[in-house]
Amino acid sequence: MSRLVRFLHPPDDTQHWKGRYQPYDLVKEACIAIGVVALLALVLTVLFSSPDDKPSTIAQWSRELPVDFVTAATSELDGTSATAEYGPPYNHNGKGQHAAFLYPQKWLGVSHPINTANDFVIDPLKTVPENAALQSAVAEYQAAPEKTQKGWGEAYAKPLEEYAKATEEKKTPPSTVTPDSSTGAVTVQASGAGPVPTMMNGLLSLAQSGGLDGSLLTSKQFFQTDYTKPLLFMADGGLLSERAEGQHLLGDQWGMMNETGSYPGQAWLWLYTVWYQVEPFKASENADILVMLVMGVLSLAFICVPFIPIINRIPRWIPIYKLIWREHYRSSAAPPQTPA
Amino acid sequence: MSATPTRSSSWTVRVREAGVAALPPEKLLPDGQPTYVASWIYVFGVASIASLVVIVTSGSILALKGPAWWHYTGVGHFFNSIHMWAVELFFFVMVVHLWGKYWMAAWRGGRAKVWITGAVTFLVAVPTALTGYVSQQNFDAQWISTQAKDGLNSVGVGAFFNVTNFGQMYSYHVLLLPLAVVGLVAAHVLLVRNHGVVPPFKLDERPSLAPIAKDTDGPAVPTGAQS
Repeated sequence: MSRLVRFLHPPDDTQHWKGRYQPYDLVKEACIAIGVVALLALVLTVLFSSPDDKPSTIAQWSRELPVDFVTAATSELDGTSATAEYGPPYNHNGKGQHAAFLYPQKWLGVSHPINTANDFVIDPLKTVPENAALQSAVAEYQAAPEKTQKGWGEAYAKPLEEYAKATEEKKTPPSTVTPDSSTGAVTVQASGAGPVPTMMNGLLSLAQSGGLDGSLLTSKQFFQTDYTKPLLFMADGGLLSERAEGQHLLGDQWGMMNETGSYPGQAWLWLYTVWYQVEPFKASENADILVMLVMGVLSLAFICVPFIPIINRIPRWIPIYKLIWREHYRSSAAPPQTPA
Repeated sequence: MSATPTRSSSWTVRVREAGVAALPPEKLLPDGQPTYVASWIYVFGVASIASLVVIVTSGSILALKGPAWWHYTGVGHFFNSIHMWAVELFFFVMVVHLWGKYWMAAWRGGRAKVWITGAVTFLVAVPTALTGYVSQQNFDAQWISTQAKDGLNSVGVGAFFNVTNFGQMYSYHVLLLPLAVVGLVAAHVLLVRNHGVVPPFKLDERPSLAPIAKDTDGPAVPTGAQS
């Protein structure tokens, strides 16, 4: 047993160097290295520049994909969108991801509260001036019991879902949803939807005018730097993912380690991204926390390499060091030269 | 002013004496290195530092003009490109450096802290780059931030580190995380200076290498040389 322990973790008898030294100019070497790296970066810049695809806006989304916008907005209103059901840190509508007994998402709580119905739909609509019909519809919606609101939302969402399904399957879309390419309006034939059609038409107009982009950033102060609400709203729709798919940026296309164009992106994230491409992570509802835990363990192991048996012995067993120090070993083995 | 503080009464003197004892000038800035430091693999340590210098310099120029400058000026885009490619080079040379040090088992001889600071530097550099990508104010920033949030939220980090909050990410990217990386690199280099470059394996540890085996290690003496 002790032989095995010594084999896997032998005593470290490495001693300081007592042999010869050679002249060395550290400052000169550093300056040359900086010059070479700067030159390399310059050459790469001249040859390839860097990507800068313009960001999407809610105005652009609502003009280019008005049905998709209305579908997403309806799901925000009736609380069925990905953001509405996300859970912490945005709301309490989901428990978040977990791994065994670990619920860190739930434990850390709601730190960026978002009520999708109010924040993405109702509050922006209240800012629309001189539209009595719209304000009346908003008031009617807010005054209704929750069950009635749910019924209205579901009745309006049903033809939109059928339209989205038909589009995805490349079939003829149902006639109950009619986008007007000349005006950008969307007509949804839905009975029993109460004031929702009026609200959605009002929100679509607000979005297409550019008003919703600003409205989602509004808070208690003038200067804004937090884009959480508009980004989450847009992520619930199809425009960002449509652009991302065209640029090979989806999760099953090695996702966020890539960037637009043919640039290397964050190649150093390959080990993080690779887990999402394989089972059991790929199909797991808790893929994110499982991948993060795996990476946490691997990162800890990376830091602790000097203390991990076998891993810290591999460099002795596989003699790549003979290649690295070949000059040293060769000169050490050479017989001493006889003075002339 | 002329009074000479005694060692026991002055914190300043204690810090100075401890610093000089740990890293005397000839050890901090050596003009000689052991003869075994003779391989291209040693270049990647100083190349990592050189890349970091180019990153910080180009990043400082971008910071001077503000986060939107590079979107609407050719000069700004030029410095953004320099910054991006320097980051790519930084990670490339750092990974080669780390692999080189692994195959040298460079943690030997009481150098575990050198390895640990290097590994932690790599791990801290990853979010430093990520915060840069999500601070770009373009489509990449929109997509990467909405994708990255899920992993961070799942472990609770999203509660205090919100990748969709541009203001917070920009602060992390231009100050907090670069400060951490530069501090870690400084600690790493000082530890290398203090311990010296790890000597080669003794070949007599490997019987099969006996024909050219000759023990070159000996008792402790001051060392120098590069990382």
